[in-house]
Amino acid sequence: MSIQIKNINIVDPSTNTNKIGDIFIEDGKIVEKLSKPADEIIDGKDKTAFPGLIDVHSHVREPGQEEKETIKTGTRSAAKGGITTVFCMPNTKPVTDNAPSVEYILMKAQKEGKVNVFPIGCITKGSQGKELAEIGILKKAGIVAVSDDGQPVANSQIMRRALEYTKMFNLAVISHCEDKELARNGVMNAGKNSMIFGLRGIPNQSEEIMVSRDIMLCELTGGKLHIAHVSTAGSVELVRQAKKKGLNVTCETCPHYFTLTDDYVQNYDTNFKMNPPLRTQKDVDAIKEGLKDGTIDCIATDHAPHTLEEKNREFDTAPFGIIGFETLLSLTLNELVDKNILTLSEAIAKMTVNPAKIFSLDTRGSLKAGSAADVTIADLNHEYEFKKEDILSKSKNSPFIGRKFKGCAVMTIVGGKIVWTLKDGIIN
Amino acid sequence: MSFNRKDLLGLEHLDKTEIQTIIDSARPFKNMFTRSIKKAPALVGKTVVNLFYEPSTRTRTSFEVASKRLSADVVNIATATSSVVKGESLVDTAKTLEAMKADIIIIRHTLAGTPELLAKNLNASIINAGDGFHEHPTQGLLDLYTMYEKKKKIEGLKVLLVGDILHSRVAKSNIWALTKFGAKVRVAGPPTLIPGKISELGVEVFYNLDEAIKDVDVINILRIQMERQQENLFPSIHEYVELYQLTKERLAKAKPDVLIMHPGPMNRGIEITSEVADCSSAVINEQVTNGIAVRMAVLYLLAAARKGENYVHSN
Ligand SMILES: [Zn+2]
Repeated sequence: MSIQIKNINIVDPSTNTNKIGDIFIEDGKIVEKLSKPADEIIDGKDKTAFPGLIDVHSHVREPGQEEKETIKTGTRSAAKGGITTVFCMPNTKPVTDNAPSVEYILMKAQKEGKVNVFPIGCITKGSQGKELAEIGILKKAGIVAVSDDGQPVANSQIMRRALEYTKMFNLAVISHCEDKELARNGVMNAGKNSMIFGLRGIPNQSEEIMVSRDIMLCELTGGKLHIAHVSTAGSVELVRQAKKKGLNVTCETCPHYFTLTDDYVQNYDTNFKMNPPLRTQKDVDAIKEGLKDGTIDCIATDHAPHTLEEKNREFDTAPFGIIGFETLLSLTLNELVDKNILTLSEAIAKMTVNPAKIFSLDTRGSLKAGSAADVTIADLNHEYEFKKEDILSKSKNSPFIGRKFKGCAVMTIVGGKIVWTLKDGIIN
Repeated sequence: MSFNRKDLLGLEHLDKTEIQTIIDSARPFKNMFTRSIKKAPALVGKTVVNLFYEPSTRTRTSFEVASKRLSADVVNIATATSSVVKGESLVDTAKTLEAMKADIIIIRHTLAGTPELLAKNLNASIINAGDGFHEHPTQGLLDLYTMYEKKKKIEGLKVLLVGDILHSRVAKSNIWALTKFGAKVRVAGPPTLIPGKISELGVEVFYNLDEAIKDVDVINILRIQMERQQENLFPSIHEYVELYQLTKERLAKAKPDVLIMHPGPMNRGIEITSEVADCSSAVINEQVTNGIAVRMAVLYLLAAARKGENYVHSN
């Protein structure tokens, strides 16, 4: 099976490419030229191609919470969003702290998945924060990083050991930074709005204290630290200073942290409830600044599906999290590129070459010859409304329903196979 | 008349005219109380449900009396859960009530936003009878009504709220109502019990009660919850009493005709001395009477708006 994408605008930050040209795909790889005429020719006129997008933070929920999402539905949702690789967090049921769990996810992805699914393993057994998980065995089974996302390691000694031990595998430790005591019972950002709405607040400092701690532990150990979903101005500044010092620290943010503020919580709409919470305009501006100056390396979704029943309840008792695969690219284009925060190439880098480098995905994040043929084709001028009935994720908990966008993926190619096109929906 | 809403969820989003309409409508109901027949037929054939997820004899009884004086059928549902049990669905409970043709549902809940959740999910009119730390609009209205009655106008009045502002829905509803009418609002309490951003609502913050009390026209004392001490928000009741109890001595610094209010139930000897609670400046029992009149007005106005069915869905 070979494909030729003709006369397309190629934006590949890994090689600083930004020109009209052809992309050739043969046997699941990008090639310089085809050995025989292409089986399929795709007209690239008025379209733009990037290396397939990599989302380093998602919750695909399988195994254990299939009512929210499955590998089947989640990867279709990702494909629609132009995402060709998703990292899935280990807080499944059971948690991914053992090799069979990793193998199960990989097997399911192989059988039912539309895009690459790379599991993240637990830092500690059961994500309990007490003993290190068998990270070496998990690595052999196929994990790409470790994290106790959502159950951050409170004990500094254990976090230190995790950063030290993972050095031999060159695995990044992804840290969800939250001081759980300071954040206790909090359900939204602590500030004027939480006061007015009568909801308990989560102060910025509950994130920043742990960002500081982990940076210090990174300095102590020389381990590889990746900070998840940065949401505050203070965190951006801490990472900026750490990078200036030359520490091995990287970080990500999510589209909602550069798009929304806690003003949106006002109707107790639980689709605006996530952890970390939406902050203030000052934080949003700082996140944008951090994206611009390179402090923030990646844009990830923190795709966190929850059922309608779980979300249609008291704000305090509804679960944290929103879905994000299907809005990642459009939000990045409209909020960052169109508003001149980032160039298109800079924006795409944060979802392609940067995550590929941080997590050592050697054959991905690039359209160089020899790379895996993961390609996202976008129409930057396609205008559409994000409608609930069009969502492919099993859950519909998005704060962006009803929003109008310009620009989205129109075709997604994974390993040389077309897995999604805008016109036809899923191709099986 | 200017009140055309489906629900009463809070005072934040009501404008001055709407609040004025409720206050004006309460007056004739209060006058009715001195008559031998204290009943009006406004809500004949209507079903009012008191859905209380937090025990409150006072507010529940007040709504019940108000509904009955308007000739409504009243159903009381007290769910004895101070902590919300996982798995139970508030929305489902309320939908069942609606299926039983409840016209107005009055909800009291430990969690903020629950009245709004019902309002979004149901066609019945929802009245917030206190939700978490958010609002207690009818208390705010009855406090405003009482101040009106005693002081004739609100503009320029110096009103002091004392105590746990952080966890007080009464304080919040008072602040919204009073600032809309041009009162000068002060709050006093320990910094741990005053939200950091409260001054952005246009109130003046004091940590020292003796300073806060100077020249005030009204003092609204909030009930202190004993469990706040376990959250390390203050070291002991003993110290709280020392710093924030309203005593005769402290009261001397206020205006001579100061009004003393308390939303009840009082902890005599803690936030207020019995001497002060029972003195001639205290209008605590009148607040209770006014509460019924104000709640009748709210019920009446919501029922009237339902008849038109062209009401505005709240915010
Ligand atoms: Zn997280």
